This record gives sequence, structure tokens and C-alpha cells, in this order.
Amino acid sequence: MTDSQYKLWSFHGGLHLPGHKKMSTGQPIGKYFIPERLILPLQQNIGEPSEPIVSEGEYVLKGQLIARANGYISAPLHAPTSGTVSEITEQLIPHPSGLAATCIIIKSDGLDKWVQLSPHASYENMDPSALRNRIRDAGIVGLGGAGFPSFIKLNPGSRTSIDELVINAAECEPYITCDDMLMREHADEIIQGTLIMQHALHARQCLIGVEDDKPEALKVMSDAVKRLGHGQIKILAIPTLYPTGGEKQIIKVLTGKEAPSQGLPLDTGTVCHNVGTAAAVYQAVIHGRPLVSRIITLTGQGIKTPGNHEVLIGTPVNEFIEHNGGYHNRIGKLIMGGPMMGISLASDLVPVIKTTNCLLGQTQQEATDNNTVMPCIRCGACMDACPVNLLPQQLYWYAFARDMDKIQDYNLFDCIECGCCCYVCPSNIPLVQYYRFAKTEIWAQEREKKKSDRARNRHEFRLERLEKQKKERGERLRKKKAALNKSKSTDKKDNDKQQAIAAALTRVREKQKQHSVISKNTDNLTADQKKKIEDADKRRQQNNNEKVPSEEDSDS
Amino acid sequence: MQFNKSTSPYLHNTRDIPTVMRLVLLALLPGTIAYYYFFGWAILINITIACITAVICEALMLALRNRPLLFLKDYSAILTACLLALALPTLAPWWLIVLACFFAIVAGKHLYGGLGYNPFNPAMIGYVVVMVSFPQYMTQWLLPDIDLSLIQTLQLQFQGITPVSMTLDSITSATPIDSIKTGLSLDLPLSQITSSSLFGAVGGAGWEWIASGFLLGGVWLLYKDIITWHIPAGLLATLALMAAIFYIVSPEHYSNPAFQLFSGGTMLTAFFIATDPVSASTTPRGKIIYASGIGLITYIIRTWGGYPDGIAFAVLLMNMTVPTIDYYTRPRVFGVKR
Repeated sequence: MTDSQYKLWSFHGGLHLPGHKKMSTGQPIGKYFIPERLILPLQQNIGEPSEPIVSEGEYVLKGQLIARANGYISAPLHAPTSGTVSEITEQLIPHPSGLAATCIIIKSDGLDKWVQLSPHASYENMDPSALRNRIRDAGIVGLGGAGFPSFIKLNPGSRTSIDELVINAAECEPYITCDDMLMREHADEIIQGTLIMQHALHARQCLIGVEDDKPEALKVMSDAVKRLGHGQIKILAIPTLYPTGGEKQIIKVLTGKEAPSQGLPLDTGTVCHNVGTAAAVYQAVIHGRPLVSRIITLTGQGIKTPGNHEVLIGTPVNEFIEHNGGYHNRIGKLIMGGPMMGISLASDLVPVIKTTNCLLGQTQQEATDNNTVMPCIRCGACMDACPVNLLPQQLYWYAFARDMDKIQDYNLFDCIECGCCCYVCPSNIPLVQYYRFAKTEIWAQEREKKKSDRARNRHEFRLERLEKQKKERGERLRKKKAALNKSKSTDKKDNDKQQAIAAALTRVREKQKQHSVISKNTDNLTADQKKKIEDADKRRQQNNNEKVPSEEDSDS
Repeated sequence: MQFNKSTSPYLHNTRDIPTVMRLVLLALLPGTIAYYYFFGWAILINITIACITAVICEALMLALRNRPLLFLKDYSAILTACLLALALPTLAPWWLIVLACFFAIVAGKHLYGGLGYNPFNPAMIGYVVVMVSFPQYMTQWLLPDIDLSLIQTLQLQFQGITPVSMTLDSITSATPIDSIKTGLSLDLPLSQITSSSLFGAVGGAGWEWIASGFLLGGVWLLYKDIITWHIPAGLLATLALMAAIFYIVSPEHYSNPAFQLFSGGTMLTAFFIATDPVSASTTPRGKIIYASGIGLITYIIRTWGGYPDGIAFAVLLMNMTVPTIDYYTRPRVFGVKR
């Protein structure tokens, strides 16, 4: 039963895209196979990469922790099957950059032997923080594609409770059907996982939004909700429109709330999780199983037998595809994720990671269609399609002109890179590429600015310090000088001393005078001698007179 | 296995610029057919002259600017040429059309940087250049009840030879809008002016059908999502509102709203010229303001100005205001507080 009375909202723009969903929903989900070698990148989540705690040559069991979370925004990593850690080395990973990163390589022993698990029959009496820790320790990240550590989004933060927990089962991108198939086959797990999340968040209401192009899933889910939902959960069929599966978009559709520009849904009392994440939460909390596998849609015109398969995290893409039918010989492009937001792979020698929801093989022809780029004619088709209500034509104009101030003025950072503008552009302009360029450019500028700010601050601080030192030295000198001047003019004690010295000198002079008079044995001298003596006396007198004041001078 | 890498999205719809231009050209058909029906060969000759000139000018400019000639395939020059041919007087001499097209493509478009970079509507630039430079030729509108053969029309347009027993004055006249203005300045009552054979049921005789043809094509463009409703609605509503106000005040001195909508270049402009995306405002609210401005200025020039139909000036004047309008009419971005 879907709740048809419930009011739905809508957002601006969006596209009705050809779904191509039927091609991969014909068969039930295929069981996983154990590849000989598993490649586990340490970074499979938003935030810090995990830290390996195993060493080369170590034997590990399925579900055993092999790398621990490093910091708050991080997720641990577990061995997807039993085997030996053969290497910890640089390997090609599925990333837009096409670069290599550190991975743990496990050589499987084919036994798939589980580690000792600690199941928990019920969650109701578990403390929310204990629940969050359990979910964290299971290495669960957002399985819709973003890969944000889920336990963080199960923390209501400063709020005591949140209004709505939204479970995103829109699966709006063409071709992808893994959530659809998961709902058809594991609806009970999803519902129980949702209830666990509700418990952790103290959510007042749970809303599960499913696009109405999935009637089978809607039916199964509605039945499961009736059986297990305790009246807490609503299943809502929402109109099929790309990109309804965007976090902020589905929240708007289901609750009418707009998460603030550059803010979080939590700011409006809403939390959104992917439907696959809900099932993983159930596995982790009730069965104690960490996240070691997931469901992937293998589809597209370039793939021989499209379908959905459970796959161990770390399975090399080439082996996975070969094992499930292989490529069609018209294959031209391999995309991880959907055709609107996925990343194009340069090589299939990369592993499946926690966020891999789809592998889409496009044909040569699809890959080369429509690539003559013409000038923008400002037709505004992009503006009409933009789900965020931006003006993509103006953003393009400013990105082209590298006017990074203006482009932020036009809310570049609210762009979710959904690709709607590109899809409709009659000039085939790679608009999203321009926005990515502008964003990275602005980030680089900001880093640069921070760096130069720091350098400038340091320089200014140094100048200030030098100035201060100079001032202090000047001050010290001035004080010293003043002190000396003061002592000369006003210090009484010093004055007395000087007077005493002067008196002593006078006494000495008097004494010398007397002495010179007494020692004059000059009674019987010739006039000439007398004159010479007189001259000498005069000189001595003069000398003495000059000497005393000069002594006083030098003293001051 | 190795693959070609590119960036998302990897899907694209099939509507490219040439497709859009072709659809617009197709939408001009009903009006053009009506034009041919009421006024004969002249319009087809005009369109041919205009198209040849425009394509030659476009190719020359592309070559001069070192641009790939594949731009010729975008149909934008052809569209400009057709709009000009439909806007210029029926019996305009060939060189007038060539001149107008030359200015439209060379000065109006390529000197500004070509497709996508022209701030003014190129067709209206071409139109205004010849209107200001050669006003005497801008009144050579064929009377609806005159029947000229293809040869007669060609002789008239290329050599200036009028058919035997006819003078240029006896087969052409000013437009209905112009004759209302002249009549009113002679203090004739409106009802007497519009009783001449020049006038039809609501607009000019014949012209009202051509306008209806453009209306039909325009509605089809709306249906095909090539244009949005904002510009046609804004323009027609403002023009009709202005006309209604003055018509209610003084019906003997001001023509009625229906006449304003169905004569002159109103319909062609509302659906095909003002909607040129390059030179028009691009935001939803901006489009309404931009189009209302055109409607308002058109009414003012038609009623009190010195030119018979002010629509070209109105478009160019509003083109100038586009950057400002666009800046102040940005829509509210998702998640930004109202």
C-alpha cells in the first residue's frame, strides 16, 4: 500500500530520461563469486582513508578488520573473503583522476570462511550511540554513490530528535536497477534497517521514496511495511524525474523542505540515507556482518548479458564482467555509476568498491555521438532543466571568462553536477566540465590565498616584531640617558660626593702651593736665575690651573 | 581492457542548434504561405535574395575569421535572412534586401563575434539600417488586390520597371499602421480611415491572415518547447493593454487592441524576432520584462513616433537593457532563503 493521500512537493527543472531499466531486471540478483585476487583501496569513502592493521603474508578471515578508520570522517575496511594478504601496494583505483592509490591485496583461499560474528537479536534496547558504533565498525558508507560514512549521518547532533528520516529509493539515473532489485528481494531487511536508523536518530517519521517506474518494488515494499513497519514508515511513489534521487531533491519532494544552500539536510531536521545503506545497517546491527559485498547493476548496450549481481568488494571489474557474460564487441566506453553522473573508466583493471552501484557499457556509437561543440546561443534550455534553479548559461559565460567572483555570485557551489544542463544543451557544450573546472580553480585560489595570507601575516608579524624591538631598544637607551642626566643635576648624594672631591682637590692645591713656597731655597740667586725660576713657577701655576678644571670636565 | 575516457554526463538529447533553427524555419511556413497567397511572388523572390546574400556573407565572414565553414550548416544565417525578407516591404528593390542582409550578417552578427555573441538582433540591425538610410523605399508595400506575375515582379524589383498601365504609386501604399497615423494627423476620424480597402476585419487586408499564420507557427514552437511563453505573452499583452487603455479613452483617435496585434510586425516579432535567444533576456522574469518593454516602446513609436512601425527600434532598444535585466531577475536558487 502506498500512501496516496500524502502530499508530494516538486523541484524546478529535471528531465524525463529514457530509463533503459528493463534490460537488467529480467533475472534475480546473481550470487557473488570469489575471485582469486581482491584489490581493496584504503580510500572508499569520503574523508580520510583507512589505516591498514594487517601485514603482508597474514591470513585473514572473511569479515575480519584489515584497516581501521583514521579519524572521525573515515570508515574501516574488512576482508571480503578468507585468504592471505599478499601485498599492500599502489594500484589503479576507480577515480576520475585515473591515478593509483594504496590498496590491500588479498589472495583468496576459496573457503570464504567467516570470522566469529557477534549477532544482536534486537536493537530496541540498544543505546543510539552503541548502534552508531556498531554501524561504524561495520564500515558502512552511503551506498548510493557518495560514500559518506553512514554513522555520522545517524547522529542527530545538537538536536534531540529529527523530523524525518528519508530513505532514498528513487534510483533516478537511467540503466541502474540495483536498488530496485534489492527492494524486490530484500524488502524486509530494508524495512528493519530503516527502523534501526529511526531508533538511532529518534526520527519522528520515516519516508521511503520510490520512483513510480518501479511498480514491483513498490508492491513488495508496501507489503513489507505492512508486516514490519509498526505504522512508523510510509512508502511513497514519487514521479519519475531525473534527478529526484539527489539527496536535497528527494527531501524536497517528500517533505517540502529545502536544505539550505551550501548547508546540510540536518539543518532543516531531515536526514537522508540510501535504501542499500538501510539493508547494510540491518546486516551489521542484527547479524554483526560488516560491509563486504554489495549489489551491482551490470548493463548497457555494450554488455552481453545485463543483470544485477552481488559482488565482493575488491573484485576486479574485468573479472566481474567476464564472469557475468563479458563485453559485447561493440563496447566503446565503460562507466562506473550511471550515464549522467558516473565516472568513465580508462581501464577495467580496477576493483569494485563500496560505492560502485553500476557498471555501464556504452557502444562505440553512443560514446561518439553529438560531439560538435557550438557557441552558446543562450537559449536557456539548461536553465529550464536545472534542478537547483541556477542559470547555467551565465555560469558558463563566467567560467569561460574565468570570472571567479561573478561565478560564485551566481551560486556555482550549489551546482550538484547532475548533468541536466549538458544533456539538453543544443550546442553540446560540456557545461558540467566548465563548472568542475571553475570549482577546482576557486579551491586552488583559496588555498593559494590562504598560503599567501599566512606568508603575509608572517612577514607583517616579523616587521612588527622588529619595529617593537627597535622601539624597546630606543626606549631603554632613552631611559638610561635620562637617568644619567638626572644624576648630574638632581641627585643629592652624588652632589655631596663631588663637592667633597672638589674640596679635597682644593686642599691638595693649597698644600702644593704651601709646599712649593717652603721649598724655595732661592735667597742667593742672580737676577737671571730668579727670572727663570719665576717663569717656571708661572708655568707650573698655569699648568695647575688648567689641570684641575680639565679633570672635573672629564669626570662629568 | 582500455577505454576512452570522458566526463559525465554520457547521454545527450538529439536537439542541436541546426535542428532548432530548422524547426523555427518550419514554423515560419504558415505565415509565409499566407504572404504568398495574398501578395504573390514578391515574398519568395525576397526570401531567395536574402538567403543567397546571407549565406555568401556568412561564408565570407567565417573564412575571414578563420572559423570552420561547418557553421554554415547551423541555419542561423538562413533564419536571419528569412526574418528580414518577411519584415522588409513587399516590393523592396533587390539591392535594398542585399544591403539589409549584408549589415545584418556582417555588422550585426560577425563583427560582434558571430553566432551567440551578438548583443543585438541581427535581422533588426539590417532592417533599421535600410529604414534609416532609404526611407522612401520602405513604403513600397504591394496593395493586396494587385496581381503581379513572376516576370512583372522580377522586372519591378530588379530593374524598377513597373508593368504597363501601372505606376508604382498605384500598386503600392503605406502600411495600414502608417495610413492610420497619416489620416489621424489630417484629423480624419478613425472609422473613415479604416474603411479603405487597405483594411481587413481586424488588421490590414491580407496582413491579418499572415499574422495569423505567424501566430499559428509560434504556438507550434511553444508546443515543441523551442520557445517559452514569456516573451510572446509579455509582448502581446503589453501592446494589447496599452492599446486597450487608449482605445477605451478615445476610440476615434486610437486603434483597437486587435488591430495592434494583427498588423505590422507584431506577431512575427512576438514569436520569431523577440524570441531570438542570443539577444533576448534569458531569465523567466527577465523575459517578461524584456518583452513588455518591446510592447510598450512599439506602441509609443507606432502612436506618437515618426516611424510607421517602431518594432525594430523597440527590439534593439530592449536588447541594450538585457544584461541589466538579467542581472536583477536571477531566479531564487534552491535552498536560498526567499
